[in-house]
Amino acid sequence: MNEKPEKLIDKKGFRLDGRKADELRPVKLEVGVLPNADGSAYIEHGKNKILAGVFGPKEMHPKHLSLPDRMVIRCRYHMAPFSVQERKSPAPSRREVELSKVIRESLEPSVFLELYPRTGIDVFIEVLQADGGTRCASITAASLAIADAGIPMRDLVVACAAGKIDDTVVLDLYDAEDKLGAADVPVAIMPNLNAVTLLQMDGILAPEEFENAVNMAIEGCKKIYALQKEALKNKYTITKEEAEEE
Amino acid sequence: MRIMPTYFEKKQLVTPGELLAEGDYLAGENTYLEDKKIYAARIGLADVDNKKVNVVALRAFYIPKMGDIVIGTITEVGFNGWSVDIKSPYTALLRASDVLSRPFKPQNDELSQVLNAGDLIVAKIASYDRAHDPQLTVGEPGLGKITRGQIMRVTPTKIPRVIGRKGSMISTIKQETGCQIILGLNGVILVTGKTPEDEELAMMAIRKIEEESHTSGLTDRITQLLKEEKAKREENKIE
Repeated sequence: MNEKPEKLIDKKGFRLDGRKADELRPVKLEVGVLPNADGSAYIEHGKNKILAGVFGPKEMHPKHLSLPDRMVIRCRYHMAPFSVQERKSPAPSRREVELSKVIRESLEPSVFLELYPRTGIDVFIEVLQADGGTRCASITAASLAIADAGIPMRDLVVACAAGKIDDTVVLDLYDAEDKLGAADVPVAIMPNLNAVTLLQMDGILAPEEFENAVNMAIEGCKKIYALQKEALKNKYTITKEEAEEE
Repeated sequence: MRIMPTYFEKKQLVTPGELLAEGDYLAGENTYLEDKKIYAARIGLADVDNKKVNVVALRAFYIPKMGDIVIGTITEVGFNGWSVDIKSPYTALLRASDVLSRPFKPQNDELSQVLNAGDLIVAKIASYDRAHDPQLTVGEPGLGKITRGQIMRVTPTKIPRVIGRKGSMISTIKQETGCQIILGLNGVILVTGKTPEDEELAMMAIRKIEEESHTSGLTDRITQLLKEEKAKREENKIE
């Protein structure tokens, strides 16, 4: 992918990786993968491989960071040095600091923060392999990890991006499309409550293209949401089957 | 009459955000109400009990409640009391005057000689609200420092299962093993028996309950397991 291909989308409407415009990359989710964390999840979204671990709720350390009226969420998004082709310095970059904040803010509305004042939870997101759209995949995994930790939530948060390549609005951009394309719109939603918790745009879109992209991203989110629920239930399937016997 | 649908079957596994019921229902444990609709707030098994929709959580942590018996570890000896780790997001406090049952004078009493860091105690939650950390009390029979026995931890949501219906499960284990068992509602369990072997037996039974807490007929299976294990041990002794 060092040279820019002439077209990102061919005459038949297929993209460089063979997907159609409104097609997601394959998504695989697993819950409870880290026994040492209170809650954890793993996502494979196309070539993205991301681990999320949650600790808490517990007393905040240092104590002055705690709030008297609600729980605090601390979030760290981090890319492993081997997650990209050129070694990434393990020190948090400007981009990672910003993504940590953006992810935290997209998760906060989903958690009943007001129930447990003066406490905090830590969300650690480790990108093992990146291929575009890691913030969305991170949000999806982190939300599952929070649910796995048994923290009360309004809904699971699920995220997906849409964007524009070669004058076409497409779903779920991967690295090359993201870099060479015209725009990228990541969206995170709480599907059951019909609420958007993250909406960003990088690039330029006409108003109707933007609307189209957002709707497309929401459709993508709903597809991933089904997988998310299934992954969470899978961890307890044995529980369910045996409970039905009673 | 208005239609009042629920959207789940009894004991169905539900995820946070799942719509459970609409209309004239009450939001019970691990659920919440929004726009007259009831949603699940935790992963668990949904159930309706007299118009009240509950979710029995599969994963949760301990939140103090007044009157709960808990087992905790002293983590710090302070000026006029102790900090106690009760396996909850909140650290509990035990006041010196409560333990000494007489006015506490810092110049006369050395607190670390009464209870030191690392000591285990059985205590009752005396007070707790969202603005203050829980306060403990040991001023009742059966409460206070633990001097012998073994400690184990289970998920706090499983404690009711260990107790069983009307205490059937716990009394079975007590009877079969001859152990004293104190269940901390924070998920910490103290087992005290005549011999370490008896304690091991009781702990094995409790661990089995935790693993199979969602199955039926568990009390009978536990009774049988305990009897078999006891017989096995008798044989070994004779040899």
